[in-house]
Amino acid sequence: MALLTDDEKMLQETAASFLSEEGSIGKQLRHWRDIECEDGFGHGLWKQFAELGLTGICIPESHGGLGLGTTEAALVLEEIGRNLTPSPFLITAVVATQAIEDTAHADRWYPGILSGGAVLTLAVDEGARHAPEQTTLEAQRKGNGFLLNGSKQFVVQGASADMIVTAARTAGSPGETDGLTLFAVPKDVAGVESENVAMVDSSKAARLIFANVQLDADSVIGEVDAGWQPLQRALSAGRAGAAAELVGVAAGSSAMTLDYLRQRKQFGKLIGEFQALQHRAAHLYAEIEIARAAAFKAAQLIDSADERAELYASVAKAKAADVADLAVREGVQMHGGIGMTDEHDIGLFMKREAVLGELFGDVYYHRNRVADLSGY
Amino acid sequence: MTDPDTFRTDVRNWLEANCPLEMRTPIRSEADICWGGRNWTFQSDAQRDWLRAMADRGWTVPDWPKDYGGGGLSPHEARILKQEMQRMGARSPLTSFGISMLGPALLQFGTEEQKKHYLPPIARGEIRWCQGYSEPGAGSDLAGLQTKAEDKGNHWLVNGQKVWTSYADKADWIFCLVRTSTESKQGGISFLLFDMETPGVSTKPILLISGYSPFCETFFDDVKVPKDQIIGEVNKGWDVAKYLLGHEREMISGMGLGIGGSLGAATKPADPILRAEIAAFDVDALAFAAMSERFAAMWKAGEAHPASPSMMKYAGTELNKRRNELAMAAGGSEALEWDSERSKGGKASRDWLRSKGNSIEGGTSEIQLNIVAKHILRLPGA
Repeated sequence: MALLTDDEKMLQETAASFLSEEGSIGKQLRHWRDIECEDGFGHGLWKQFAELGLTGICIPESHGGLGLGTTEAALVLEEIGRNLTPSPFLITAVVATQAIEDTAHADRWYPGILSGGAVLTLAVDEGARHAPEQTTLEAQRKGNGFLLNGSKQFVVQGASADMIVTAARTAGSPGETDGLTLFAVPKDVAGVESENVAMVDSSKAARLIFANVQLDADSVIGEVDAGWQPLQRALSAGRAGAAAELVGVAAGSSAMTLDYLRQRKQFGKLIGEFQALQHRAAHLYAEIEIARAAAFKAAQLIDSADERAELYASVAKAKAADVADLAVREGVQMHGGIGMTDEHDIGLFMKREAVLGELFGDVYYHRNRVADLSGY
Repeated sequence: MTDPDTFRTDVRNWLEANCPLEMRTPIRSEADICWGGRNWTFQSDAQRDWLRAMADRGWTVPDWPKDYGGGGLSPHEARILKQEMQRMGARSPLTSFGISMLGPALLQFGTEEQKKHYLPPIARGEIRWCQGYSEPGAGSDLAGLQTKAEDKGNHWLVNGQKVWTSYADKADWIFCLVRTSTESKQGGISFLLFDMETPGVSTKPILLISGYSPFCETFFDDVKVPKDQIIGEVNKGWDVAKYLLGHEREMISGMGLGIGGSLGAATKPADPILRAEIAAFDVDALAFAAMSERFAAMWKAGEAHPASPSMMKYAGTELNKRRNELAMAAGGSEALEWDSERSKGGKASRDWLRSKGNSIEGGTSEIQLNIVAKHILRLPGA
């Protein structure tokens, strides 16, 4: 595995200092949560992402972006995770950007993403659990366009999005990967009923009902009936990206917990002196290192279009979610009573982990996928 | 240093000319490994010729200085040699604890005289070494060792017992930790070398739960050791031991590289619950394979924490135990056969049982966690 290049290390440092200063829990997550912000994130911060060029991290240089890849996005996402910074970075700058790559929609939307003016998202889930091949939302041909009927849920920042990349079925039956088509659904199109749902981590995810939504043929992203490939590309990047963010959540939670072990006294001793806690902390450290290696391996394989990219995207998502879950459980437990209070930040890590862990498939979904892809 | 491309061509040509075809086939079993030593019986002429040819060039230890029997190659050149050997499938001409363990310690702590005396026979595979560290009463608490060496003026008098001495019954010499002072625990240990044929040395093989093993108990009864056979200063042997243990952990952590394959693909579990367990394992194993690659790259680049081999050793050995547990489950009753030909002499059972030692030997998992807690996490009082 290639180590980070000097350019990547510089990007990592830039992201780390930007997000620890501007994206801190106090300035962002708690602020927007406590004022009950509709979006769940700050547009000002999203503009700052843009000023640093970060919103265009996956946009080709020919379109004015940085022309980097999932690996570089993962470096930023680890810092986002560490600071629990709410932003559309993963869903817009990584997932939606890659879903519309090399299509006419890129020309339409990349400028807005680059300026930090636009938020794009992806609508794929229709039930409580991630199952993209089970897509039933129907897109029927009508005249020169399509008529969409059905529903979506867990659409990250769906109520704030200017455009929603929507997976729909134009042919075949649920369970089949052929016959899916991606559509670019603009904000406020007639027939879409949107419920802005606050999630456990104070992020927003929409439930959408499509009732006779008329879209013209230009709304199709890529080819009709051949949406599975671009969807997989976007999902793989999203899974590797979510894995990197989960590694950040785990690392941030673990750092906070280690600080606590070094200062909290009971029985006249620092609790970090107790071997029962030391071994758990050391085990967690090993697990986080392994999860980080898996997340970056997945990102690198995606960027080099390696045939193992999908397998490793699932390995990374499953491993990172598993490890981050351990990190936040240990975090709350080792903090004791104070860890149960809303006043303390450690609980916020647990909430964020739960949502990120579910996004684009949970631990069980991805273990199953690893087994499927490995042929057993 | 010659031009790397020229060097690679030269190496390739030389290997083509000198590596016997028989030595370009994969190692099938323990019996194919060449350990060398005074009493070594070469498996074949090819094994003997291959060792001689490589030793003559110093390429059994390519990166050791030429003065000590090495090849004097730069790290880069040594890497090219390794790559070229791998390319043609050449076996290692010599496997020895002298090369992997004692050599590095001698290079670091030995006097010029000692290096000239001990290193060349190691490089040539003429002397086979074993390691005397653990004792019945000193396992994880290695510094609590009691085997004592008394200063008798013109010699040390050694009395005591070692355990887990790999291949003690086949080794020519031993490098051994002994107590030369009782005033300080770690500061009373010295690093001694002596001939296993010295009167008073005896060995006894240990049968493990998995069956045959290379481990022995080693007994010292009034063993007289010449005064100059000590490495480093008297009572400073713990520094040498720590250096070597770090080295050993690094080697053991490299074992992880082999356990990244999909267990599910190998076992095709029919039971859905077992399939789920194996899939969970495969996620961990594939993630650890990525970690092993990353660790190797970071270690080579000097970016890894010095204590990170402990983390790798812990994670890799725990994973290997789990792999064997699941392989046993997938194998059902057939995996429980102990000596049938069908079961390749009970390979599954024996591998499973043997793997339990992975997280004990070379420092237990609990010791590795202590090291991570203290040196990486800097937790108090650890």
